Amino acid sequence: MASIWEYANPKKFTRTVDVLLPPVAVLAVLALVTGLVWGFFFTPDDYKQGSTVKIIYLHVPSALLAINAWLMMLVASLIWLIRRHHVSALAARAAAPVGAVMTVIALVTGAIWGQPMWGTWWAWDPRLTSFLILFLFYLGYIALWSAIENDDTAADLTSVLCLVGSVFAILSRYAVNFWNQGLHQGASLSLDKEENVADVFYFPLLVCIGGFVLLFVALVLLRTRTEIRARRTRALLARERMT
Amino acid sequence: MIAILTRDIRLAVRAGGGFGLGLAFFLIVVVLVPFAVGPEVRLLSTIAPGILWIGALLACLLSLDRIFALDREDGSLDLLATSPVPLEGVVAMKALAHWITTGLPLVVAAPVLGVLMSLPVEGFRWLVISLAVGTPALSTIGAFGAALTVGIKRGGLLLSLLVLPLYVPTLIFGAEVARAGATGLDVETPLVLLGAVTCVTVALLPFASAAVLRMNLR
Repeated sequence: MASIWEYANPKKFTRTVDVLLPPVAVLAVLALVTGLVWGFFFTPDDYKQGSTVKIIYLHVPSALLAINAWLMMLVASLIWLIRRHHVSALAARAAAPVGAVMTVIALVTGAIWGQPMWGTWWAWDPRLTSFLILFLFYLGYIALWSAIENDDTAADLTSVLCLVGSVFAILSRYAVNFWNQGLHQGASLSLDKEENVADVFYFPLLVCIGGFVLLFVALVLLRTRTEIRARRTRALLARERMT
Repeated sequence: MIAILTRDIRLAVRAGGGFGLGLAFFLIVVVLVPFAVGPEVRLLSTIAPGILWIGALLACLLSLDRIFALDREDGSLDLLATSPVPLEGVVAMKALAHWITTGLPLVVAAPVLGVLMSLPVEGFRWLVISLAVGTPALSTIGAFGAALTVGIKRGGLLLSLLVLPLYVPTLIFGAEVARAGATGLDVETPLVLLGAVTCVTVALLPFASAAVLRMNLR
């Protein structure tokens, strides 16, 4: 019976990635180009925010992925700790820099939008602050991965750091809520709300989000495959030296 | 477990470097701040709670790598890991020893430094209380970070990068208690939350630290 655990086999994983990666990458590019062009050139300016509203097409998807990348790392870390599939640990490792970059994109686009709208590049608003903290968590995670030589120990330690970090990230999120009042607007998208972003902005935004997700998937698959191959090369080299 | 505790405290006191150093560092940080921001009394008394908390946090950080690194070098950590005492208990005791040698002196010294920072009189009580409630969390979180980086040579910088983000909730609530106390606002909510953070970290984090230590010693 086919199950998801079959992909824990590195060979099977790389073979699947070989098949999957080109279409996913092409789709990601297509969705991003469509969404961004549609969003930037074929939607009207907002009556209050003018054309600055269009940064939403970069800001919202990247912010969404910044959080979900960490979530994916958390799940992958759990799988590694429980079932010890190497591919899972490598995927978590591969996702971290991507997530960190997404966090930076969200912060920078937010700053660029905030300058004309709020009159400031930066405010110690709960959402902004917790994103900054999330970024620090990413940095620590990446630094720990690169600091440890033994691959399995590194995977173990970073997994535990990811678990503990998740708890503290959530804790910080609510702690900063308590510490300062917000300037940031509420969620732009949610399922249980009548009032979302107006439809003209909504559909290109969805396409952009789809594009970002596909891009993330493509990058993670690519980086995981690279890691697997790098590891195999190391193993082969080591075997060569032995003989 | 008591033996581990007394051994660690004795080591910190007698081997030099550990015990007074954190306190001296705390003092220096607080003394340097007026040089940096100017000696204006009103400004100093506004930022005093925050500065004192940051100072305490950095002083705690300074001595973290001593928790496990020295024991790892001379091999006593392996002995502790194989001893009948559960590793979780060892970690908890080591964190407690760290707290007694760094956290507790900071709590005691904080009012003196509060005078230097011209903290309002009504703030002293809450500053001491907030530090007394919050610093155990700092030691426990720090022990987790120290356990993570125990296998890394020159892991000091990495240790701070890992531990400081984890300190955020404690710092927010602790400084909030001290600030609210100094300005005569209601301290109950932040104090309760600070206590909650401390209780949960002290209760749960030793398990994570012990797990991490086992991975490092494998």
